[in-house]
Amino acid sequence: MDQQILAHILEGRRSQPNQLIEVLQDVQEQYDYIPREAMQIVSRELGVPVIEVYRVASFYKAFRLKPAGKHILTFCSGTACHVRSSDLLVNQATRQLGIDSGEVTPDGLFSIEQVNCLGACALGPIVVENGSYHHHMTPARLRKLIESIYEKETALKEAEVKVYAEIE
Amino acid sequence: MLRLNSIRELDHLREYLKEKRQNYSTTISLCGGTGCQASDSQVVAEALKTELSRQDLEEKVRLCLTGCHGFCEQGPVMVIEPGNILYCHLSPEDAFEIVYQTVINGEIIERLLYTDPISGEKYITEEDIPFYKAQDRQILSKNRKVDPCVVEDYIVSGGYSALSLVLNNGYTPERIVNQVIESGLRGRGGGGFPTGRKWLECREAPGDEKYVICNADEGDPGAYMDRCVLEGNPHLVLEGMIIGARAVGASKGYIYVRNEYPLAVEHSRVAVEQARELGLLGNNILGSPFSFDVEIARGGGAFVCGESTALMASIEGKVGEPRAKDVHTVVDGLYHKPTTLNNVETWANVPSIILNGSSWFNSRGTKGSRGTKILALTGRIRNTGLVEVPMGIPIRDVVYDIGGGSVNGNKIKAVQIGGPSGGCLPAEIFDLPVDFDILAEAGSMVGSGGMVVMDESSCMVDVARYFLEFLQDESCGKCVPCRLGIDRMLEIITDITEGRGTIGQLDLLEELAETVSETSLCGLGKTAPNPVLTTLHYFRPEYEAHIYEKRCPAGVCKELISYSIDPEKCTGCGVCLKSCAHGAISGENKQPHVINTEFCQKCGICRSECRFDAIQVI
Repeated sequence: MDQQILAHILEGRRSQPNQLIEVLQDVQEQYDYIPREAMQIVSRELGVPVIEVYRVASFYKAFRLKPAGKHILTFCSGTACHVRSSDLLVNQATRQLGIDSGEVTPDGLFSIEQVNCLGACALGPIVVENGSYHHHMTPARLRKLIESIYEKETALKEAEVKVYAEIE
Repeated sequence: MLRLNSIRELDHLREYLKEKRQNYSTTISLCGGTGCQASDSQVVAEALKTELSRQDLEEKVRLCLTGCHGFCEQGPVMVIEPGNILYCHLSPEDAFEIVYQTVINGEIIERLLYTDPISGEKYITEEDIPFYKAQDRQILSKNRKVDPCVVEDYIVSGGYSALSLVLNNGYTPERIVNQVIESGLRGRGGGGFPTGRKWLECREAPGDEKYVICNADEGDPGAYMDRCVLEGNPHLVLEGMIIGARAVGASKGYIYVRNEYPLAVEHSRVAVEQARELGLLGNNILGSPFSFDVEIARGGGAFVCGESTALMASIEGKVGEPRAKDVHTVVDGLYHKPTTLNNVETWANVPSIILNGSSWFNSRGTKGSRGTKILALTGRIRNTGLVEVPMGIPIRDVVYDIGGGSVNGNKIKAVQIGGPSGGCLPAEIFDLPVDFDILAEAGSMVGSGGMVVMDESSCMVDVARYFLEFLQDESCGKCVPCRLGIDRMLEIITDITEGRGTIGQLDLLEELAETVSETSLCGLGKTAPNPVLTTLHYFRPEYEAHIYEKRCPAGVCKELISYSIDPEKCTGCGVCLKSCAHGAISGENKQPHVINTEFCQKCGICRSECRFDAIQVI
């Protein structure tokens, strides 16, 4: 964990317990999750007991306490998406990737997350892949999306192996 | 940007900008809201920019990437002025034609016009389209005029003139409060509490330090008007807040916004910085003795934080748990100081009330519900999007005239209004008006204004289960009735949807619902039983079919249905076989396929993929 990044986040916020959530948001933005070590440093610097930091980090849905996959698939499960069968999509993803919602694939490539509403209800069902929105999603399109990411990643890996082989 | 030191300087700036804007002969307002961005409007904007510079038209044509226009289903959409021409379903390849044909030659491009799906008729202007025609867009229409990140756009369109008005010497804070009371404005976030009364109580509360808060923690699944307003016109909300702060005597404000709305967070941050630079926020606003500043607080994705006391705890950096409101937050709120908390849409209404007068505002709507309300019209309906209607409009008009009725000719069964705190109302009572008190009497509520339309493909017991699951997940767990009551209700409903329902369960469900509603600490628990109670009240036969006949009439509840392939309709194309993740489908190419019920998980994916409607649910 890069301590300098954390120091930068904490600048101007030290000893201000009310900044806890804001600081945790920034920590997550930087590290993709809230590392245990960061919680301890935040606790010390803001003057909030570690247990309270953990309580806040585990209370709010936005915070991840474990690292996420390289590609985060976020499924909207709001009412509008629900009545347009968003559960089919979650089903497709969990089956295809072999993990449950909230988990990361063993190769660290994918994680599946669900969110209550993304506020793009008119275009449901919505799936977000690392910040890019896919609207009017169907299981078939999702399957292809996941397949195409896999293909890209495999190609990337092969290229990497090749480069390493050449260096050696 | 230069700091403005007086009202006159602001007026001068507005005049100067107006004159400068006259150089533009055409304005293209391209929607850049979250919905249209999901349909790649950003790429369209880039293509247009390139095309305009290629044709050397940058000085003549203003390309304005605006907030949400509301017609999300047709996105990306744009409106070209003069002529008010609406083009929809745009792609970057259209840029050349738009610039060459419409901007330069003034010709209409037929294929980009909106086409009515039933009549096939094409409409040129926004106001002719049935979706817009029945609306009364007082707030939403402003979105189209401004780039949310350009404060000059807001000022040119008359922005901050309500603030100028109230900062004049003769305009007392009492007068502002009275004007809001007389307007009859009620909270747009859910509760419907009279805004002016809240302001008065906060103003009269003892203490020098007071706060105003804008609640943009829109957690209601199925509602997104707050996102659109804050994202599309942040200065409007900010102006409302500054006026509110002046009225109640606050010197500090917060915008509490969901972190799941990245654009809204970014745009409100930019707006606050711009307002500070211009001297519209900070010390001595526009040279007056009044000082006020705003900070952005990002929410952590907890539905309960929409409740005022939980929201305030969250701003204080704590866990978002509500507390008993023996003393109201207008007296004992954020950091135990008097606090006025209003929803985004409520704040957005304030500048117009000040400028046009309270009688202008209360000329719309019904006796108890004045003004307009933004609704998020979604679900199994043809035109989905954000609509703004006068209060008191019958639900029927919203669903059929604006929404265009059902998709695929399915019969519309119900509309869910007000999110998890609201209820499901059946099509038979669609004559009811959108009115705070009347909808509450019917067991639902206007709430934040989410309107999810459901047709025969939705099972009402499943809908009740969906909301209970949501609420169980979102209950903060502080008080027992909500924590355990919702849990128990969910257990019972799950029993019913999975075929284990028994005769006495419906009575037990009603009894539990009553207890949870009466004894919970905050609004979340108090209103949690609404989805159950309304579905039980209006759709009891559906519950009974689940219990007595072990049958789900809508074909939704997995334990009560089975999938099979109609050999007559099946062409043996193999799409279902490929799509089935459970290996439950088999068959030879061009021969009817079969589903092996032993492996079938009833996920429904094959059915959604089949192009021949050959997969049946019994």
